[in-house]
Amino acid sequence: MYLRQVLTIAAKDLRAELRTREAVNASLAFMLMILVLFSFAFDPGNSDVSIPAIAGGLLWIAYSFAAALALNRSFARELQNDCLDALLAAPLPASALFFGKALANFALLLAMEIVSLGAFSLLYNVKILAQIWSLLLVIALGTWAMTVMGTMFSALTVNLRLRELMLPIMMYPFLVVPLTAAITLTSDLLNGTPLGGNNILWMKVLLGFDVIFTSLAVLLVDTVLVG
Amino acid sequence: MSSAAPEVALEISGVWKYYGDFPALRDIAFNVLPGSTLALLGRNGAGKTTLLRILAGLSKPSRGSVTIHGANVREESTRRRIGVLGHGISLYDELSAFENLRLFAKLYGIANPARRIDEMLERTDLVRVRDGLVREFSRGMRQRLAVARVFLHDPEVLLLDEPFTALDDRAIAVLQALLNDMHQRGRTIVMSTHQLREALEAATHVAMIQRGQIVYAGERRQEMVDDTGWLYRTYGEN
Repeated sequence: MYLRQVLTIAAKDLRAELRTREAVNASLAFMLMILVLFSFAFDPGNSDVSIPAIAGGLLWIAYSFAAALALNRSFARELQNDCLDALLAAPLPASALFFGKALANFALLLAMEIVSLGAFSLLYNVKILAQIWSLLLVIALGTWAMTVMGTMFSALTVNLRLRELMLPIMMYPFLVVPLTAAITLTSDLLNGTPLGGNNILWMKVLLGFDVIFTSLAVLLVDTVLVG
Repeated sequence: MSSAAPEVALEISGVWKYYGDFPALRDIAFNVLPGSTLALLGRNGAGKTTLLRILAGLSKPSRGSVTIHGANVREESTRRRIGVLGHGISLYDELSAFENLRLFAKLYGIANPARRIDEMLERTDLVRVRDGLVREFSRGMRQRLAVARVFLHDPEVLLLDEPFTALDDRAIAVLQALLNDMHQRGRTIVMSTHQLREALEAATHVAMIQRGQIVYAGERRQEMVDDTGWLYRTYGEN
């Protein structure tokens, strides 16, 4: 029943988003725009600049900025017609509502990031296929960290007038650790260094962050939504 | 509305609600009997919506407690038994009428949802727009669909916040028919309203709230129906 409720909320959010494409269009365009602009700043043809060394930073800056745009809509979408009240009055745990929304956000962000990864590879002439599965794993774990924090703060700021501003201000400080881990791991992988050895600690940090903050979100979401 | 009743549908005990330092509700305490229709009356800002939101579990009281059929309102099993109609229609513009109702049917775990959805669409005269997106609906159609959503899971306790406000004639007729049906089947209804005549005619009990306090809670009396100003003159400030 719990899983069914989670999937029902996720399916509803995905269906609504795919019909309007409000968040996807804006976030994907923003993500690609950042990558294009950075390609002007760091000339990929210039041999003095080691693109794989800065690739992790470039990618995750684009990902995290675009994520703030997309995640802002997550609970704000429920304000229209007072839909949030109907969801809170329904017999589903607040954590199921949270997980459903997080799952939909994760799927959308991941899809956009994979598209951007392809564009990044072309723009910066970076080979991504050599470590593609490890890269996708790191992207998935980093994206889940952003999704959990972003969805939680989207719930927390849903009734604020300046929520578009408040969400990134509140979210980014919490993301310093997982973004550092994701950037380091991504740069390593694009440099041809496989997972394991020195970088396994960052992998553990990323995984630990995901577990801890997902648990905290589940514990706190009812208080955040109902007070 | 008697505390001596063997069973109560809603039990409200010493409920206070503060917004900052301002007490929006002050020591609200009364019971609602199963099968009764309670008209919650009061002027704008008296605290009706705040109280209804607490009854619906959408807000927590600062002090005091609310139980529905003896259970905490935030328990999932309790929420399954209540239907809430607030100021908004609580429907998604991007989804069709059927998809909206299916969403809530799944969340409430309704058996055979498609049949129940079609039944409610028929009762609200929305069958022909079953697959149309809500954003393309007229205001009246949206309101009727909101009514269908509230009654979809056949709730035992209905909490309605000014349900007749902004409804068109057709939606009022649909809502009244469904409310009559619910009342005849022994369901409990609590509704806040400004439409005194309609509310008092339908009500079996009345609670009047003024500046966050209950000034009258009891059975509806005939003089309330005969003279809708009587209640405010007798128990109100003016």
